Amino acid sequence: MSIVIKNLVKQYGSQKAVNNISFEAKKGEILGFLGPNGAGKSTTMKITTGYLPPTEGTVEVCGMDVTEKPVETKKNIGYLPEHNPLYLDMFVHEYLQFVGALYGLKGNYLKDRVKEMVEICGLGLEQKKKIGALSKGYRQRVGLAQALIHNPPVLILDEPTSGLDPNQILEIRKLIKSVSQDKTIVFSTHIMQEVQALCDRVIIINSGNIVANSTIAELKSNRETFAVIHAEFSGTIDIDQLRNLEGVNEVIEAGIGKYKIRANTESEVRPKIFKLASELNWPLIGLNQEEHSLENIFQSLTKKDRN
Amino acid sequence: MLSILKKEINSFLNSLIAYMAIIVFLIAIGLFMWVFPATSILEYGFADMETLFSMAPYIFMFLIPAITMRSFAEEKKTGTIEFLLTKPLTDTQIIIGKYLATVFLVLISILPTLIYYFSVYLLGNPVGNIDTAGVIGSYIGLFLLGSVFCSIGVFSSSITDNQILSFIIATFLCFLIYEGFSYISTINVWSNFSYYIEQLGISYHYASISKGLIDSKTLLYFFSVIFIMLSATKLVLGSRKW
Repeated sequence: MSIVIKNLVKQYGSQKAVNNISFEAKKGEILGFLGPNGAGKSTTMKITTGYLPPTEGTVEVCGMDVTEKPVETKKNIGYLPEHNPLYLDMFVHEYLQFVGALYGLKGNYLKDRVKEMVEICGLGLEQKKKIGALSKGYRQRVGLAQALIHNPPVLILDEPTSGLDPNQILEIRKLIKSVSQDKTIVFSTHIMQEVQALCDRVIIINSGNIVANSTIAELKSNRETFAVIHAEFSGTIDIDQLRNLEGVNEVIEAGIGKYKIRANTESEVRPKIFKLASELNWPLIGLNQEEHSLENIFQSLTKKDRN
Repeated sequence: MLSILKKEINSFLNSLIAYMAIIVFLIAIGLFMWVFPATSILEYGFADMETLFSMAPYIFMFLIPAITMRSFAEEKKTGTIEFLLTKPLTDTQIIIGKYLATVFLVLISILPTLIYYFSVYLLGNPVGNIDTAGVIGSYIGLFLLGSVFCSIGVFSSSITDNQILSFIIATFLCFLIYEGFSYISTINVWSNFSYYIEQLGISYHYASISKGLIDSKTLLYFFSVIFIMLSATKLVLGSRKW
């Protein structure tokens, strides 16, 4: 286990930012850390990287306790903080060499690593500039490059794609994916597609508590106790006959010729609707099942205990 | 620590502040020593460098806080402090690295004034009629005083994220420790304690070291103040963990 968090509590004054959370992350895993703003994502990450101490509980990174051996654990972590703080008056190469030196890299190896990072992170065109002169997307790449320079086994990225344009987001995602073998990556976000695109496992956190910790497929299947089907006909139909179909729980008229059908997930009702329509000569022009999007799941998980 | 030191010195040399501070220091000292009639050595008639050593602390009082004000305040403001503190470094290494960089700058600004010593040495009649031991002592004293001011500046920078505020606090503390204590000791309420209160200030020790008397007590005083200030900085930096 690369990261083991046990019963972590962080208290700011009277407010509990993180309330007794525990989870683990394996090598080679990309873990998505989801939650609304102020849920405790960044706090958990700051504790894991040793910036803040936990009020209670323990955090182990690569088998070492963060509070007991801060310097050693920090060597194993690459961290991109939330707003990606950079020294704007430094040049890209100068900055990466400085960071490398902080991690104890030396001489030619350091130079090679800097070159490699510039290449991997696609900084080639901008490498001769001052960081202050770079656009946001390139600054984010510099941030990633500094987190990766010492080839850490654990990578912690706090909202790595926030504020980037769609192309840049795709590139950063690709970059994260490409470095993900043999590393543990924890990254926080509130963009659902990102989690779907990148993560093996997702942890949803709300007001300091973990409300979900599973793979995306599991998360979806657990929630799907009924299916919602949208059917559209170009003529009038008999709504009661639809209601009488096996597995259908409820039919709501949602417009002229449009019906919203709730049905059990076990019995697939779409073929039955189609058969019924063809038998009774109903002109069926549309039939589709609503996908349970991660957004819905996220909303339902994080809304209910908001009181 | 060395990489922090190197980075800090580089960023000083890449910014205008350091050059401005050194240039202003040298111009001001040059004017006082050679141009302004009231303090000029040429008018004074004695081959001694008293002017340099009595004026420099006042100039340092403003220039050193100007150099040190960014050291932690800026890092806090821009959030890079989080970057630094999540790197495999101890707080002490960060503080010492930043502190030594400012001390290095003070050293650089003092060094050119050695020319004045040789000028006075050659201008003397007979040539070389200058209290060399006194000058050496004074230089050591001035350097130590600068180092103390640096430690005060670094501390002031750590307690706020506002550089202006850090500058004002540092200037005030530098004044207080340089002359404040000797003024306070003259208030007629301390009776026998005034002697000890005066010894808390730098001016008392600075005066004795300027005579060429490099006393272990004086050295201990300077190093203690630096140690206390840097420890206080460590305390402030560590307070995030409370």
